[in-house]
Amino acid sequence: MADTVKFDLVSPERLLRSEDVDMVVIPGSEGDFGVLPGHAPIISTIRPGVIEVHKGTATPERIFISGGICEVSADRCTVLADDAVEVASLDRAGVEKRLKDAEEDLVDAKTDLDQHKASTAVAVLREMMQVAR
Amino acid sequence: MATLKDLRKRIDSVKSTRKITSATKMVAASKLRRAQEWVEAARPFATNMARVMASVAAGMPRTDDMPKLLSGSGKDQTVLLVVVTSDRGLCGALNSNLVRAARRRINALLAEGKTVKILCVGKKGRDALRRDHNQRVVGQVDTSGLRNKITYADAQRIADQITEMFDKGEFDRAVIFFNTFRSVISQVPTEKQLIPVAIPEGGATKLEGDASYEAEPDEGEILMELLPRNLAVQVLNALLENNASFQGAQMSAMDSATRNAGDMIARLTLSYNRARQANITKELIEIISGAEAL
Repeated sequence: MADTVKFDLVSPERLLRSEDVDMVVIPGSEGDFGVLPGHAPIISTIRPGVIEVHKGTATPERIFISGGICEVSADRCTVLADDAVEVASLDRAGVEKRLKDAEEDLVDAKTDLDQHKASTAVAVLREMMQVAR
Repeated sequence: MATLKDLRKRIDSVKSTRKITSATKMVAASKLRRAQEWVEAARPFATNMARVMASVAAGMPRTDDMPKLLSGSGKDQTVLLVVVTSDRGLCGALNSNLVRAARRRINALLAEGKTVKILCVGKKGRDALRRDHNQRVVGQVDTSGLRNKITYADAQRIADQITEMFDKGEFDRAVIFFNTFRSVISQVPTEKQLIPVAIPEGGATKLEGDASYEAEPDEGEILMELLPRNLAVQVLNALLENNASFQGAQMSAMDSATRNAGDMIARLTLSYNRARQANITKELIEIISGAEAL
């Protein structure tokens, strides 16, 4: 068995990462879980949060994703993300502004669909605020 | 017989037309490269998604409470056609070919006694289909804002609109029409089924032994998350392919237009010079015969 996991992170617009890593920590909708080589096959939805990619001894790489689906088999881990951005490149002021806009949208939302969309956006941005520095 | 002045005017006007067509061609060529990159970049997501979906569906018990997007509404009476075209012309027969394919399908469906609804994405298709199927056009999506970058969010907006209509029971089956980019000189009108979703057979990941995926929270919930995304990805793919096709078609159409303009300028210049020569000769003859008469 390989001693690394083949980690693929894809968003609808592009392939973001495709590399062999030691461990990936995924914020699953029912709790975080770490994926090491030989993990039991699982398919899980992802809540907005941070994926940690551990590779060698370097500090883990942190990538914020706004939700998606993850497929894990013994030697690979594929994350289908809606939107992904590196935590290091998050800009707190920008996120704050977007959060404010989204909260206004939530207040203005008339239909159920709009309301649902706005509340999802707010949840994602709140989570983003948590991790942005 | 055209006078010299008329000819000169025509040459000038063809020259300025050539300037426009060759500039458009150059713009299309540079946009084409980017458009192709986008199509390439969006591919990994689509393939991975298809695989995950096949894996989930394989582990899913076949029951009656499958998501509607997957199983369909149980009827096949009303069909929604999503017709993706470009907003602008100057791209040869690209849009008319697509509209012709869509129209053929509409007529076939109508002959079978089905109800047809049309959702137009892009201006050109709307204009063309309005002429004879105006009462069937149920909606249109303005894509003029997406000229520079087509994003997943745009595709999602269209997908949401389709899903909303489906949830209201406004149609039973949805197909999308768009041009697939084969090469600069070949774009193929393509028809693809959106709803119910076709799960690729045997596309699931092969697991060692007879292990199967554990699903968290459960297969049904994951499918509920996956299916709308899948729809958006299909729409995104159609938009991107169509965009690449448009740039390709525009580039080759403008290339031949530029060439034609060049030919025309050559022809006009020839007859201009002939007319000029004839004038000079005529004047000479007048002078000489005038001198002889003295």
